[in-house]
Amino acid sequence: MAVVAGAAALGARSARSHVITFDGVTKRYADGTVAVNDLHLEIPTGEITVLVGPSGCGKTTSLRMVNRMIDASEGKILLDGVDVQTIDPPTLRRGIGYVIQQAGLFPHRKIVDNVATVPYLLGWDKRKARTRAMELLERVGLDAGLAERYPFQLSGGQQQRVGVARALAADPPVLLMDEPFSAVDPVVRADLQDELIRLQNELNKTIVFVTHDIDEAVKLGDRVAVLRVGGTLAQVDDPETMLARPADDFVREFLGGDRGIRRLSFVPADLPLRGDLTVPIDAEVSEAAGAAASSAVSWLAVVDGEGRPRGWVSTEGLPPAGKVADLRLLPYGTFEVNGGSLRSALDAALLAPSGCAIAVDADGKVAGVATREELARATAKVAADGAAQPAPAEQAAQSEQAVPAEGAGRG
Amino acid sequence: MNWLIEFFTDPANWSGSSGIPVRLLEHLEFSAAALLLSVLIAVPLGLWVGHTGKGALFVVVSANAARALPTLGLLVLIVLLMGVGTTLPVLIPLVALAVPPILVNTYEGIRGVEHDLRDAAYGMGLRGGQVLLRVLVPVALPLILLGVRVAAIQVVATATVAAYVGLGGLGRYIIDGLATKDFPSTIGGAVLVALLALAVQLMFTLLGRMVVSPGVRPAVRERLKAG
Repeated sequence: MAVVAGAAALGARSARSHVITFDGVTKRYADGTVAVNDLHLEIPTGEITVLVGPSGCGKTTSLRMVNRMIDASEGKILLDGVDVQTIDPPTLRRGIGYVIQQAGLFPHRKIVDNVATVPYLLGWDKRKARTRAMELLERVGLDAGLAERYPFQLSGGQQQRVGVARALAADPPVLLMDEPFSAVDPVVRADLQDELIRLQNELNKTIVFVTHDIDEAVKLGDRVAVLRVGGTLAQVDDPETMLARPADDFVREFLGGDRGIRRLSFVPADLPLRGDLTVPIDAEVSEAAGAAASSAVSWLAVVDGEGRPRGWVSTEGLPPAGKVADLRLLPYGTFEVNGGSLRSALDAALLAPSGCAIAVDADGKVAGVATREELARATAKVAADGAAQPAPAEQAAQSEQAVPAEGAGRG
Repeated sequence: MNWLIEFFTDPANWSGSSGIPVRLLEHLEFSAAALLLSVLIAVPLGLWVGHTGKGALFVVVSANAARALPTLGLLVLIVLLMGVGTTLPVLIPLVALAVPPILVNTYEGIRGVEHDLRDAAYGMGLRGGQVLLRVLVPVALPLILLGVRVAAIQVVATATVAAYVGLGGLGRYIIDGLATKDFPSTIGGAVLVALLALAVQLMFTLLGRMVVSPGVRPAVRERLKAG
């Protein structure tokens, strides 16, 4: 039944019904500490909103006020238009997915029963709850063989996946995630982040995600809310806008270095590609020399019989005869022609002595070459777009960041 | 050794109202009654204090004070106050002996459950009582059972004092044997009590296997981790 309700909610979501609203929310403790101070924030439906900030900024407190693990001192939190304060906490919580840092799996229960926790609480029959749990284990990328194990037999990353599956079990429209990936190692963390993005593409939940890691916030968030110590909101924006135009020094400092480069992650690599800068690996050296001369370039990308890139060759000082295959192949980088970011294209160019980036399709076949002139033009345009916005202090910083890319283009 | 053989092969010791079966039953009766009473007092109290955190200091201090009570002294005092004839004077000191380990272990077991686990349980939407019964108790069960086992062994070993005030049980062999310089009886009684304590230990080990989830059973965890 809850699945049906969830499906109905999915339909309603397009109308932006499930919104969490913080309306002047303050949390003051008995000793006078203010954890959250007059927070006004709208959490849109079907998006990941990341609350980020240094420790003591009240991000976890804000999150926990949504499912009433903590009650607000002042102000209101509306969930789908209803003041959460009017809902009995256990009832409220069963309708909201909750994922915490150490997963918090019940050690005495098998994995499958851990995942089925909320369905059991909602009174589903056991078989249905377990079937649903098995579905979710698969969905979060866990082997069905783990279902009958106990939590201590799983790695930290696996436990965290189970934690996510458990939160999703009753198909709640809203998911609260409290630093869920910060206790695992960086490689596993990156996997879990990718997995969350993939899941979110399928599920379109309204997710509130708390982290202290700005890179995680920028990677996952459709919107990022930066909070400052003392529990006030510093800025809320989509990550690209935030990187381009931080509201103040605090946000700028919190975003850290490389802001200009990181921003390029959000710009699609919409580059004109040249098809005449490649040469088949089984071609004669003389053909390569001819191609280079007609295009007036000194580098060619070598492509093998399957259309995959093999490397760059310099067309200066070519031997008079022989095969391209016998030439020294120099390192190269590639970016995906569909969906790749300008940052990945720039990175590909920086890996190659030619300074050009090889574009490949989803199968890894060469689609063309982006020249350094085109890369320079694209980065300069991003810098100009950023500078066009009314944030004078930012313009300087922004164009400074863009200079190395321009320099590379000229050189 | 000869005394032991003498004691266990004497047919008189295997029949009648002072035979081993009857004494053993009497002994088990006091012990079981005392243990049951202690569990009924200490487990709910320990769960409540551990779950709510209320009265924790009181529980720990009074449990430690109770441990310092001399059982025999208490027994004599109660008999002087109440007279002999019922089993109640024996039960009171045995309960006083058994409650502290059960109470402290139950309290510590519940209290010691990781904070994250409580947090997750409440966050999933379990109510207070469900958190206690479905999460905290199963996780704390090894520690709670350990408390009951320690109490049970102490009670079985200490129930011999019943004989001091004219009641039955295996203590009779020891006390009467000492009084009449019948050493085979004394030694035989002591061995029986020791065997009974071992049996109790074994029983609790088996009980643990039956009721504790493999996910929180320390031995299982070690074995599976190694494997």
